[in-house]
Amino acid sequence: MNGRKSFGGGGSGGRGKSSGSQQQGKDQQRRPMFRRRKVCKFCSDKIDDINYKDVKLLMPFVPERAKVLPRRISGTCAPHQRKLRTAIMRARQLALIPYTTE
Amino acid sequence: MKRTYELVYVVSPDATDEQVADLHTQVDAIVQRMGGQIEKTDNWGRRKLAYEIGRHKEGTYVLEVIKGNGDLMKEIDRRLRVTDLVIRHLTVRVDEEQGVVERTKAKRTETSRRRRLARGLPAERQPGEGQRGEPDDDRDDRFDMGAEEMR
Repeated sequence: MNGRKSFGGGGSGGRGKSSGSQQQGKDQQRRPMFRRRKVCKFCSDKIDDINYKDVKLLMPFVPERAKVLPRRISGTCAPHQRKLRTAIMRARQLALIPYTTE
Repeated sequence: MKRTYELVYVVSPDATDEQVADLHTQVDAIVQRMGGQIEKTDNWGRRKLAYEIGRHKEGTYVLEVIKGNGDLMKEIDRRLRVTDLVIRHLTVRVDEEQGVVERTKAKRTETSRRRRLARGLPAERQPGEGQRGEPDDDRDDRFDMGAEEMR
């Protein structure tokens, strides 16, 4: 729960579930409802080949603790997340991406 | 049937350029002997390692694209394992994956062609056509930023 709050950005966490509160909220406060629709980066950019050599592409999916960014946060679709995971694991073997941060 | 493999090996930073070149010729010799061929060689040069391997903090990366069979790669793998100068190596089979990528690309261009023709447009995308890029459109891609920061 905590993790979600910090990623989902201020007001969006846990709100905007019921459609009834949506309209009220718009007038009362600016911030609450807005939850961006997450889209798979690889689908929208039409990147077919998630390559372990492309560190620049992979880095945004490896946040500070060097873990693989979960789908629930990044919005990546399942097939692409699988490819992303293998790419990250390969890049780690070659010391292109860290396993952990000290 | 020939398969395509990608081999990346990391050479110790202590190695001279000649030693790196020498390693390449050694790999080449094995490939020649076992009836394969090297399609491409790419020296990425010296890079910082993401973590220390042994006592090394950086290394020279070399990529080779090799056509051959599994026995060849097994032999190369064995040789690189016993070579002290090589601190890390990775072999990946790429031909199947490339096939998939090409097929999806072809499929996508085909569907877009078909749809465009159905709408009475020329098959290829014209320059300057399509959605005008909204200047702050890319904000949506930043999942690492909260809603407040994006305003």
